[in-house]
Amino acid sequence: MNHSIAATEAEIVEEFSLFDSWDDKYEYIIDLGKKLAPLPEAFKKDENKVRGCQSTVWLVANFEDGKVFYQAESDAIIVKGLISMLIRVLSGHTPDEILNAEMDFINKIGMTSHLAQTRSNGLLAMVKQMKHYALAFKSLKFEV
Amino acid sequence: MISSITDIRKDFPILSRTVKGHPLVYFDNAATTQKPQSVIDALVHYYTQNNANVHRGIHSLAEEATADFEATRDTVQHFIHAAHREEIIYTKGTSESINLVAYTWGRQNLKAGDEIIISGMEHHSNIVPWQIVAETAGAKIKVIPITDSGELDMDSFKKLLNERTKLVAVNQVSNAMGTVNPVEEIIKLAHDHGAIVLIDGAQSTMHLDIDVQQMDCDFFAFSSHKVLGPTGMGILYGKKSILDAMPVFNGGGEMIKEVSFEKTTFNELPYKFEAGTPNIADAIALKPALDYITTIGKENIRQHEDALLSYATTRLKEIDGLKIIGDNQHKVSVASFVIEGVHPQDVGILLDNKGIAVRTGHHCAEPLMNRFCIPGTIRASFALYNTKEEIDCMMDALKRAVKVLR
Repeated sequence: MNHSIAATEAEIVEEFSLFDSWDDKYEYIIDLGKKLAPLPEAFKKDENKVRGCQSTVWLVANFEDGKVFYQAESDAIIVKGLISMLIRVLSGHTPDEILNAEMDFINKIGMTSHLAQTRSNGLLAMVKQMKHYALAFKSLKFEV
Repeated sequence: MISSITDIRKDFPILSRTVKGHPLVYFDNAATTQKPQSVIDALVHYYTQNNANVHRGIHSLAEEATADFEATRDTVQHFIHAAHREEIIYTKGTSESINLVAYTWGRQNLKAGDEIIISGMEHHSNIVPWQIVAETAGAKIKVIPITDSGELDMDSFKKLLNERTKLVAVNQVSNAMGTVNPVEEIIKLAHDHGAIVLIDGAQSTMHLDIDVQQMDCDFFAFSSHKVLGPTGMGILYGKKSILDAMPVFNGGGEMIKEVSFEKTTFNELPYKFEAGTPNIADAIALKPALDYITTIGKENIRQHEDALLSYATTRLKEIDGLKIIGDNQHKVSVASFVIEGVHPQDVGILLDNKGIAVRTGHHCAEPLMNRFCIPGTIRASFALYNTKEEIDCMMDALKRAVKVLR
């Protein structure tokens, strides 16, 4: 991936600026959710669950050539759309890049409410879990 | 209703706000009701005119605050038709009321082999406290099964009762479905077996006429914030003879008679259960909430809510693949449903986007959700200030949501 994390974030902000209404923003996110490649059933187990109250999110990560690649799915479609954006921003980067990512595109596209602590499998829990993976892979790298 | 709906809506200032550019449609009344101006005024009045600690001070502020604080107890007594004012214990809410009984009566009376009967439609608040005390005592929890229509299976309940049954704890109205349970029959059957009965009235007190003497329950618990009052305030009613025999709950100020390092003697009812400085402002503001309900009249409120529920239920069936959870004839104010191929959370987000507040999720009743093999429902719960126009508004948003989500 040639894009830096910041560049992809800027790209998403730009895309969202084209929408006039919240309806359009949500329809776009729903569409992303529908298009997200399904996670193989074998990965849908408890240890891959991001803990949450209302919907279930499964998240897995691979480490290849010094880069982290994510796959995820949810039973709720808006969450799936949000995941799809997170994957687009973070997947394919080094652990350091991921750990330093600001992820402020979430505020800029007006999805701040999805960061609320109460929506515990909202973006916040997912971003945290994605960064945890990066941190784990980073320490793995130093051990070798 | 005798008062017009327009007048009632004017009494609730929050109803005139907008959410995401749309007029607020508040259908999450089973979670908490909105507050009339009189309740808000009572809170402001206390803090601007009467703020003082109750029961202790000799000065005017303390006397005025104490009078208002205790006036609520009389109002609650009459509201639920308790025989004595000292049977009304102030708590933080229904959960604390149930915990109080579990930790005092439960610890004193439950022994190994005893059985507690709850139902499959209980809120976690009426499950977890009993699990905790049952585990300590070595007692067992038995669960009344739920029928497909979301009602208690009374035949199974009768079979669960035996000489080991010490307590039956059930809700009068299910928070997740709105089902009204036949509590008088449950209480009679339980008493015939020598068990005592706690009724969780969190969801019923706003809608049904509560007469604890006629019902003959031993304990009755409800929350202020679900009956138009402030949060952080609740009531435990208990029969005087039972409360008198119970050990104290929290230790501290107010609940004592005399304290020395050798021995402490405890205060009389209700104060023996009210340790520390109480939630004075919220207790005071519960009175205007109950007064408001009484002025409008429960019968009028019920008629209005029943009309809303029946209208909503009819209109919801316009949606393909929609299933009502708790599809029965004994319900108040709650329409709980799932829609094929659509996750409740997605619907909740899209309705919120239109200014419509519903509850989605398991409603703190996970065992019930498991019973119906669903992750959660979408719940619209109605109150005296809601209108048919608001239901139409929800239906438009719901149809649109289903269309984009499927």
